[in-house]
Amino acid sequence: MKITSRKKKITIFDIVIYFIAAFLFLIVAYPLILVVSCSISDPGLVATGQVLFWPKGINMEGYKQLLNNPNILIGYGNTIFYTVFGTLVNLAVTIPAGYVLSKTMVPGTKLFTGLFMFTMYFSGGMIPTFLLVNKLGLYNTRAVLLILGAFSTYNCIICRSFFVGLPTELEEAARIDGCSPLGIFFKVVLPLSKALLGVMVLYFGVAHWNGYFNAMIYINEDVKQPLQVFLRRILVLAQISANMDEAGDYAAHLADMEALIRYAVIVVSSAPLLILYPFLQKYFDKGVLIGSVKG
Amino acid sequence: MNKTEACKKNKEVKVPTLSLRARIWKYRHYYLLILPALLYVLIFNYGPLYGLQIAFKNYKVSLGMWNSRFVGFRNFIDFFNGYNFWILIKNTLGLSLYEIVIGFPIPIFAALVLNEMGTKSKRVLQTVLYAPHFISTVVLVGIINVMFSPSMGVVNTVIEALGGESIYFMGKPEYFRHIYAWSGIWQEMGWSAIIYLAALSSVDPAHLEAAEIDGATRLQKIRYINIPTILPTIIITLILKFGRIVTVGYEKVYLLQNELNLDVSEVISTYVYKRGIVDSSYSFSTAVGLFNNVVNVTMLLIVNKIAKKVSDTSLF
Repeated sequence: MKITSRKKKITIFDIVIYFIAAFLFLIVAYPLILVVSCSISDPGLVATGQVLFWPKGINMEGYKQLLNNPNILIGYGNTIFYTVFGTLVNLAVTIPAGYVLSKTMVPGTKLFTGLFMFTMYFSGGMIPTFLLVNKLGLYNTRAVLLILGAFSTYNCIICRSFFVGLPTELEEAARIDGCSPLGIFFKVVLPLSKALLGVMVLYFGVAHWNGYFNAMIYINEDVKQPLQVFLRRILVLAQISANMDEAGDYAAHLADMEALIRYAVIVVSSAPLLILYPFLQKYFDKGVLIGSVKG
Repeated sequence: MNKTEACKKNKEVKVPTLSLRARIWKYRHYYLLILPALLYVLIFNYGPLYGLQIAFKNYKVSLGMWNSRFVGFRNFIDFFNGYNFWILIKNTLGLSLYEIVIGFPIPIFAALVLNEMGTKSKRVLQTVLYAPHFISTVVLVGIINVMFSPSMGVVNTVIEALGGESIYFMGKPEYFRHIYAWSGIWQEMGWSAIIYLAALSSVDPAHLEAAEIDGATRLQKIRYINIPTILPTIIITLILKFGRIVTVGYEKVYLLQNELNLDVSEVISTYVYKRGIVDSSYSFSTAVGLFNNVVNVTMLLIVNKIAKKVSDTSLF
């Protein structure tokens, strides 16, 4: 609660604070605005550095080109698949585990917590994991991107802190009514945990949507690759499937188009999350969910 | 011993103390709930620990892990004597420390600023500051590439407009660390501030009021009330950061690498990836990864111990 008696006088302190705030705002927002502006501007003006803030010479050609790029569509489809099902697997594995860890009267929870925490600090590393995945026959399967990272110790600890904070009266009442622990979890606890579910969907979903490294290591067929792998080719390795053998002005035009596609692809791939997160902001802003990592 | 027996035995106590087996049976449903997580962790987190043995062997896929020839510390010695060992250490520590030095205080500063703002403007700024966190590493590097491009990037446009000469930032090794660390700030400043904002919300309003009555300025309130309140959070975060000092996120470094900046941009984790996954030198890269991991854990324990001594706040 703010102190109500505070005078509404604007002090030098306020001016400094809002000056800093405006600076942070501009620094963070500017690149995002610029990318969107460039993506809908005339490619010639973008290439000559004339688009510095607002779009100039509105042109949606970049987006049209994207729709003609089969890899982008395949990648988009795959990413939606991996995000939806991967997140479901994450939730099914991590949230019940966090619930159990919050029930300290269950024998073994201390041991399980220790078992989980250890993995945060020590691991087999990239190569032994890679060899194990190969051994299990998961290499180049879609399943590998759903399974790897199915459980997250960090998120599990957040779940545990959340469940510890839930009032136990309702669970108690349900138990007296003869509800089994599983029934209590699914029918009583989960409906009370919308905030937690929201945050977990966001955390896991973002990881699936934005991940590229596992796909790069474990998937070797284009039909199974997620969007980020194709993005890497376009944005980082600068390979665009357009034919670059053309000569003269047309080649220059193609180069401009290529740049335009880059901006468009950034917007198209990032838009879903950037539109979604403000709706969940009220959940992750609440400190309760940032369970201390302390065991 | 079943439940009723146990109850009889302990008539005088309110809650009957069951034997361990009876308690496990009583709570059996809970084990069902935690089973998927346990299986996952045992297979995919503890399973690879078995594979660590190849760090001490000359692993041949045809022989299998167990039957491959034992070579002791050979792989580690090869790594330590390699021409790039000190370069890798220098690059990794350099990037890590740079990232901590600027990446640690700035979110705290941002949280303290946000905390002084009005509810509405605070919300708007928060929403904007969080946005880059939701952008993928690939897209972040893509944005850096287009903004710093020598031909059409806005940074060079401004440099040229001011009479300077266009710079190929991505190809100059001397800019690599700055680009890496400051783009990290841009992406995570807001998100990292959340934990401090949460801690700040637990500041006791009575303290602030008392300070106000005593005539404290707002700067003094920050100095003597807000910062001490979030100090434990600051210390825990710092311990965790030092525990990862030899881990530089390979995802971003790998994407920012090119032929021209490799001298400063090759770090241990990207080296493990290249030697292991790309070149299939499994034993050697496992040894490098294990070395990395051991240094991390050691650092974590040391920093944790120091923190415990000087501040009473520690991870464990």
